Amino acid sequence: MSAAIIEAVDIEKTLGEGVAQVKALRGVSLTLKGGELTLLMGPSGSGKTTLLSILGCMLAPSSGTVRLHGESTASAGPEELARLRRNHVGFVFQSYHLFPTLTAIENVRLVLDVRGEHGADTRTRAADALATVGLAHKHHAFPRELSGGEQQRVAIARAIVGKASAILADEPTASLDRENGQAIMTVLAEIARNPERAVLVVSHDPRILPFADRIVRIEDGRIVSEETGLRDAVISKEPEVTSHVP
Amino acid sequence: MLQNWLTRIDKGRLRAASQTLRATAGAWHAAVRGRIARAKDRGVPLIVVLASRNLFQDRVRLITTVIGIVFSVILVSVQIGLYLGFERMVTTMIDHAEADLWIVPRGTRNFEDPSLLDDRQRFRALSIAGVAAVAPLVLGFAEWRRPDGGATPVFVVGSDPRSGALTPWNLVEGSIDALAAPSTVAVDRSYFARLGVKGLGDAGEMRDQKARIVAVTAGIRSFTTTPYVFASFDRARGYMGAPADRATYFLVRLAPDADTSAVRDRIAQNIADAEVLTTAEFRARSRSFWLFGTGAGAALFGGALLGIVVGTVIVAQTLYSSTKDHIAEFATLRAIGSSTRYIVEVILWQALLSAVVGFFLAMLVGLVIVTVTADSVLPVVMTPGLVLGLLLLTVLMCAVSAVAAIREVVRIDPATVLSR
Repeated sequence: MSAAIIEAVDIEKTLGEGVAQVKALRGVSLTLKGGELTLLMGPSGSGKTTLLSILGCMLAPSSGTVRLHGESTASAGPEELARLRRNHVGFVFQSYHLFPTLTAIENVRLVLDVRGEHGADTRTRAADALATVGLAHKHHAFPRELSGGEQQRVAIARAIVGKASAILADEPTASLDRENGQAIMTVLAEIARNPERAVLVVSHDPRILPFADRIVRIEDGRIVSEETGLRDAVISKEPEVTSHVP
Repeated sequence: MLQNWLTRIDKGRLRAASQTLRATAGAWHAAVRGRIARAKDRGVPLIVVLASRNLFQDRVRLITTVIGIVFSVILVSVQIGLYLGFERMVTTMIDHAEADLWIVPRGTRNFEDPSLLDDRQRFRALSIAGVAAVAPLVLGFAEWRRPDGGATPVFVVGSDPRSGALTPWNLVEGSIDALAAPSTVAVDRSYFARLGVKGLGDAGEMRDQKARIVAVTAGIRSFTTTPYVFASFDRARGYMGAPADRATYFLVRLAPDADTSAVRDRIAQNIADAEVLTTAEFRARSRSFWLFGTGAGAALFGGALLGIVVGTVIVAQTLYSSTKDHIAEFATLRAIGSSTRYIVEVILWQALLSAVVGFFLAMLVGLVIVTVTADSVLPVVMTPGLVLGLLLLTVLMCAVSAVAAIREVVRIDPATVLSR
């Protein structure tokens, strides 16, 4: 474990207006450290996704502070938040959200392209990222030609290609069968071995509990429990899943 | 009516147009393939790949967009091409006259405005320093009696063939010198049917005076559709019934090194009831009268404007619906940290690619229209400047069309990707 990548202190978030107003987060504090896979669990409507949005600089908190690599997001506008996301955060979504008209390698390169990196080395870096998730042979496949598990691997490659220090995954196994879900979690757990990377997985899937270094449970907008020191034992319990992450 | 029109089209011209079209399309296709191959080697920017795939993914929508652009560009190019053709036709006589200055009756609004000047004005002009020559020109309507007994109005243009002031051009048969012989005229071959003649040597009558065709031109057509008949100065006056001491215009040639402005002022001070115009001024006055005084130019510009509006609306509608269809992808782009500028560039690239495809298809159709109308009463004219202008207009039109789509994407909340 190493330095804090994301620090959220006393976060509150109110959604909606008037009678439809809902307090989604009530004084949440959470720190994501490098080399750690944190699993954020909780029932539907507990505030998991809202917290992920705030930690990922997609949503501004109503109160409290978020620091990404020591940079406060308090006064950041939409473009500044976008800059923080593209430089520091990699996302993995439940529905993959790959671009259907782009090939696997183009989907991965896109993250570099939006950062203004257009050189020939971007192909090499994208290819390396695909190789990392075990898709070295699928560079030119379109998403429709890939299985759900393969699409999620492309999404992970997209998240790591820019060397983002925080990987935030929103229900990454929800659309996958057990075998593919385990494989994806293995990849994410391997990524989290890098001491300069923090991985946060939001899920309510109990099958992925063994992959977490830390389990944070949230209910009704509040963190209700934390467990740590779980991971190393778990990786050794899953020998059938092959990981390609160095 | 359509059949009549079709039968009037020269089949040879259609074949030529078809060959030109095939050759142009072949060259264009080869050029595009070459560019694509080279671009692949270099690596097409990913933003362009994304925009083009978004665009080409939905073929039906793409076809709708391209048809909209093609329709718009053709409408605009035909309207402006007609305007240019009209502009050229209304000043064709002025353009082919050899004059530095024109002495015209006061209040003359255009070239075909046949008031008459006293011949003495010509001698006054000749006496002014800096004037090398003054040639009279007479214009007027006459009735041409066809050999078969019918009659048709014609516009007689009379000048001394030796002066070279305004002699027929584009001669295809006969000679200008032959106009010096009595009772001779030059006509354009496109008017043979109207004049009831078959060619050189045939004759009609004007004011009971014989008019034998000794020279035939090609392409000297009048936008009023009234045939021009060229004759010597004296013979033309006879055909029109104009008095012997009258002329419509005096065409002034200046001596070498003469100051145009100074000579013009001196002539103006020495003649009465006349104006002195430079060729450029007379051209501008004629154009202004026919294009804007009559409303013809406004109608052509109105049509062009309509084309721009229709094209913009069609492209805007298709770009907007395409953007709505890809809204989840744009939200993903935003979520992975894309700037607003990057997203706007994707949409502008889509607009630009649509513009380029639509423009080239429209130009191919335009080429056919230009070829087919080349010998018509009012040809559609396509100049390099017009082509460039249309390309810029098409790009601008598509860029403006992208505004609604851009407004839609800049409001995207990136957090929406988490709930999908």
